[in-house]
Amino acid sequence: MPELLALTGNEAVAHAMRQINPDVVAVYPITPQTSMMQKFADFKADGLVDCELVLVESEHSAMSATVGSQAAGARSMTATAACGLALMWEILGIASAYRLPIVMPVVNRDLSGPINIQGDHSDTMGARDCGWIHLFSENAQEAYENTIQAIRIAEHHNVLTPAMVCLDGFIISHGVENVTIYDDAAVQKFIGEYNPAYMLLDAAKPMTLGALDFSDFYFEHKVKQLDGINASPQIILDVGKEFKQTFDGEECYDFFELYQMEDAEYAVVSMGSTAATARMVVDELRDKGIKAGALKLRVYRPFPSAEIAQALSKLKGLIVMDRAIAYGGMGGPVNIDIRCAMYGINTTPMTLNYIYGLGGKPIEPEHILSAFDELLYAVKTGKPKRAIGYLNLKEDYDPATV
Amino acid sequence: MMKKYFDANYKDLPLGGLIEEAGNAENYETGTWGTFKPVFNAELCIQCMFCWVYCPDSSILVNEKGEVTGIDYVHCKGCEICSVECPTKPEKAIIMVKKET
Repeated sequence: MPELLALTGNEAVAHAMRQINPDVVAVYPITPQTSMMQKFADFKADGLVDCELVLVESEHSAMSATVGSQAAGARSMTATAACGLALMWEILGIASAYRLPIVMPVVNRDLSGPINIQGDHSDTMGARDCGWIHLFSENAQEAYENTIQAIRIAEHHNVLTPAMVCLDGFIISHGVENVTIYDDAAVQKFIGEYNPAYMLLDAAKPMTLGALDFSDFYFEHKVKQLDGINASPQIILDVGKEFKQTFDGEECYDFFELYQMEDAEYAVVSMGSTAATARMVVDELRDKGIKAGALKLRVYRPFPSAEIAQALSKLKGLIVMDRAIAYGGMGGPVNIDIRCAMYGINTTPMTLNYIYGLGGKPIEPEHILSAFDELLYAVKTGKPKRAIGYLNLKEDYDPATV
Repeated sequence: MMKKYFDANYKDLPLGGLIEEAGNAENYETGTWGTFKPVFNAELCIQCMFCWVYCPDSSILVNEKGEVTGIDYVHCKGCEICSVECPTKPEKAIIMVKKET
């Protein structure tokens, strides 16, 4: 029977891992992920999981151990955050290149420096081109459900691509919410037995993984790697649909979730926990007679370009919210992706990009409302006051003063 | 890369750059890599087998009686270890000669 429990996001994901019961889990602590693995270690100590818990000496080692055990033929997981993910960076590309379907929850936190342990999306944005699938979660329930679905998506033999499940540091990871934990047996049936595409421990079929690959074939291997992530969109939708049917779920199982978008003229795009704040702002604007809407992006990689362009093409004005800066680029990473997706369609809405929430800076309805004010002005006059804004910053950043 | 894939397109390659056969190094021709090649002189050889022991590429040819008979130039990379280890004096049974280009 499903159980309604008061859990933090980290505990909810730890419950997902308990139900998945991987063969191997590599553990290394880093705030704000630590309490997730702490909870999972409790499950192990209590005999609720029978996995091999490997205590490693760094995140580089955590991902290396996970790659090794997954290649050996074991379902393997680890979890990390922030600088830990940055230290894993080298091995992230190895996991995806070897087509190892590792699932890793990442508790989004800013990168040093200056040193800060609060939440933003700078960490996983640094890993966005590593060949992993990125699923973003709005709340603890979504983080729990995304973790379960990620196993099925990553392990699908057409995909065989590692996946990270992203949840906002502290806001989701440490905030306590009501979370429905589905029946253990039902979750385990949904996931099924791990059926590796290849395994190095198969003595009857010896093989080499990670051999030197020169200019004659390296490029070919990297292009062939595209097959997995390019096959994943359909599998993400299929698995989401099956999950919703099996568990009668009420979360987002699509690439993105649309809110009040049928007749919307102005909209805001966001990822993670901010999506809920954005919907509140949309309600407030609707009360004032402004046709506002919101798009919550769940699948960031593979980026659903065509679907996004279609969903946003009828708008007059668009706000793209970014919880990271793409230094030297055009605003934030989501802005760059959205603008690329919109390029070439007949009607491109006036698009403004807002950077917010770095280092855990609060994002409140009034901040998103102020962005809408600027958008309405920009659409009305045809001239945006600023193309890239910074919400809740002490005095606005002025590029002219550089 | 295994010899059987030399003419393959990217679609035909094994998943994740796997090498699916054991003992396939023999199929990879590395004999063209070196600038110098070892030349074996059977008359000076005392069959101590040092060259065979030290060769990192299994490129010392040995007959059924266990005697060194020459060098496998298809795989020898010209590292010179065999020549350095050869103990015969005053002349070595294996000397390095610059390859003709």
